[in-house]
Order: sequence, then C-alpha cells, then structure tokens
Amino acid sequence: MSIIEFRNTSKHFGPLKVLDEVTLSIDEGEVVVLVGPSGSGKSTLLRCINGLEMITGGDLVVDGNSVTQGARILREIRQEAGMVFQQFNLFPQLSALENVAFGPQKVRGLSRSAAREQARDLLVKVGLADKADHYPAELSGGQQQRVAIARALAIKPKVMLFDEPTSALDPELKQEVLNVMRALAQEGMTMVVVTHEMSFAKQVGTRLIFMEHGKIAVDGTPREVIDTPPNDRMKDFLQHVE
Amino acid sequence: METDWSVILDYLPQLFAGARTTLYITVVGLVGGLVLGTLAGLMRAYGGRILNMIAFAYIEVIRGTPIVVQVMFLYFALPVLADLRIDPMTAAVLAIVVNAGAYIAEIVRGAFLSIGRGLTEAGLAIGLPYWKVLTYIVGPLAFRRLIPPLGNQFIVSLKDTSLFIVIGVGELTRTGQEIMAANFRAVEIWSAVAVIYLIMTGSLSLILRTIEKRMRIL
Repeated sequence: MSIIEFRNTSKHFGPLKVLDEVTLSIDEGEVVVLVGPSGSGKSTLLRCINGLEMITGGDLVVDGNSVTQGARILREIRQEAGMVFQQFNLFPQLSALENVAFGPQKVRGLSRSAAREQARDLLVKVGLADKADHYPAELSGGQQQRVAIARALAIKPKVMLFDEPTSALDPELKQEVLNVMRALAQEGMTMVVVTHEMSFAKQVGTRLIFMEHGKIAVDGTPREVIDTPPNDRMKDFLQHVE
Repeated sequence: METDWSVILDYLPQLFAGARTTLYITVVGLVGGLVLGTLAGLMRAYGGRILNMIAFAYIEVIRGTPIVVQVMFLYFALPVLADLRIDPMTAAVLAIVVNAGAYIAEIVRGAFLSIGRGLTEAGLAIGLPYWKVLTYIVGPLAFRRLIPPLGNQFIVSLKDTSLFIVIGVGELTRTGQEIMAANFRAVEIWSAVAVIYLIMTGSLSLILRTIEKRMRIL
C-alpha cells in the first residue's frame, strides 16, 4: 500500500521550477534513497512530504491526507512523518532527554513522566542512554544527530524523512548515525533518505531515485543502478561522490 | 562661595522622595513598555501585512520624535484634542510606556528573528502549531538574547524620567531644582542628584548582569 504519493507534483520558487510534475509512489516498508546534484530538487521533494515546503502544483498525498488540506491536516501529516535535518536542529535549551520527550508531551499530550520514560527507551535505542542529561552543545555532531533521530521517532511516525543526515559530520562520526539508520530500516521503518552515501544506499536502500532538473531521471534497485548507471549524467554524478 | 557638603544631609529625605518617584515612574512605565513592546515587536516579526504596518507606524512615530514632545503632547494636547485630562504622574508613566515600548519592540523583533530558521522547522516538523513553536522553542531562546539590549533601554528610560521636569512631576531632577531654588547650593545638590542616579542605574546594571550570568545565551 502506498503511503506517499506524488501526483504530478510541482514546486516553484518564484519563476524557478524546482519540482517539475513529479509522479512517484512510495510503499510502506520501502527505504528510498534520493540522490542527485545540488539544485536537482531532492531536498525540496523531501521537504514537500511534511509540508515544510508547500507544493504549487498537482497533489501530494501522505498516509491518505493531501498536504494541501490546511494547517490542521498538515500537523497530522507531520506526526506521521518524522524528519531529521542536516544541521540536527536540536533545541539548545533542552537536555537530550528533554529534546526527545518534548514532542510526545506537547504534541501527543503524553504526561511528563510517560514522555520521559519513553524518551529514555529511545535514547537507549540510539545508544545514548548515558547522555540523557547532556545539553546539545555538550554532544558531538554524531551524538546530536542520534538524539535528533530519537526525537523524530518519539512522535511515533509511520515514515522517517532524512535530509542529508550525515553531510555535516566527520567521516568517523557518520558511521554511528548510519548504523542507527540501518537498524531502523531492519525494523521495517519506511524511510526516505537524501544522501551521498552510496554504500549505505547499496546496503540498506530498497530503491534509488536519481533526480535531475526537478524530475526523476532514474528509479531502480540501488545495486543495479549504481553498478550500471542507465544515464550518463548519473554515471558522471557517481564518479564525483565516490 | 565655599562648598558645604553637610547641607546634603538636610535635604536627603526630600531627595529620596524624589528618587522614589523616579523609580516608580520607571518601573511602572517599563512594565507597561515591555507588554506594549513585546506585542508590537511580535506584530512586526510575525503579524500579517496590516498588523505589521500598524506596529511599524507606531515605532517610527515614537522613535522619530523627542520624548519631551511626547509627554507634552500627552499632558497638554490630549485634553484639547480628546477632552481627556490626565494628571502629570499619569502622563509621565504613559510617556515611558509608549516611548520605551517602541524601542523594546525593535529589540524583541530582532531577538526573535535572530533565532535560526532550522529550530522553527524542527518544531513544526514534529507537528507543533506555529504559536507553540514560538512559545516553547523560539521564545525562551529569544528571551536570553533580549536581556543585554533590554538593560540598555531600562537605563535610558530611567534617565529619561528627568525630562518630565517640563510637566512638573516631582521626580529626582525636579526635586533637585526645587531645593536649588531655595538655597543656591548648586555644587552640593547637583552632585547629590547625580550620585543618586548613578546608584539607581548601577543597581539596575547589576541586577541585569546577574540575570545574564544565570541564563546562558544559547
């Protein structure tokens, strides 16, 4: 069953067409890796799914609701689609535990103690049980990003959206984040991941989409399309990222 | 004429009464100014076209005119225009509210807009409505950045109360002038007045610095 459905979706920034009538259906349990040169629209595609960017043409249905149905529906969609950002964006005035407990408490209406208990479990899951009381500024980039993943998981989404989650990290810190993401995929979480990590795409991805000029240029099985790129532009791109 | 510092002692009760009035106008005026300024600042930062324009007009008019003219207008022109008679004390407090409010509005706007867009997006992405993002995430962070410029404005407003001498409010400067008119002890009395102002502004700085130290700027 498809959980995300782009139907001739377009997105303009003024005169600039960033998404050009994209049609794409993502099923539950898929791990979709989005790649492409900068400016190709991959981040915009991702950000349209939870309405951080509003689509300007066509339709986009997430878990049965269209993103164009107004603020209330959009908030429902956002509770089903957790997002992880390139720059982590943890709330700096809250500890790691409070960051994770914040959503369930303020959005899902959980009690403080229940939210904290759940947050503790999630921190265990991302391997940061001992950092619960640390503030974001006291954590490494990799640790911050793992807290950010726990924060997104805390609202119990059906889909996880990752916007270049390892691009701001040193090589040795990337792995700890990718490991958490791999474990999440193994649990069957539906994921859409914008990344340049081709080995992750091959190992974990069930589907790879290469974007160019706001359109989907290649859509296939990661191993196949990475090993034998069906498109010259993609072949060129892969040489630059690897 | 030789100076005789002991005369200050005789007039100390009177000077303290004046200082009390100065403090009263400042504190009540700034509490009102904070409310008005926060409202106008948020209207500028997040309001629609109309709210933004109203706040913009208010800020420009107040920042573009001297506070003496503003208090004169409140005290002398308002009764003529609107048949609204207010006593000097009310006019003084209102002048601080309206004047400080305009400057505080810009401070509030700047502090809120200085908080990175990413944090707002992170709040929205977990399904919070925009007002909750502002209340729980952006607000507390902006508040910390508010303190240093706010301290500046508090001190300016405290000193501005001395201008209300023009409508005859018995604050510290006016009290000094009245004592002067009776005994011509210019050096002693104006020194005493200056020192009392310094004590008040100094205490204010100290309080603000303590708050700043306790709240890390994030």
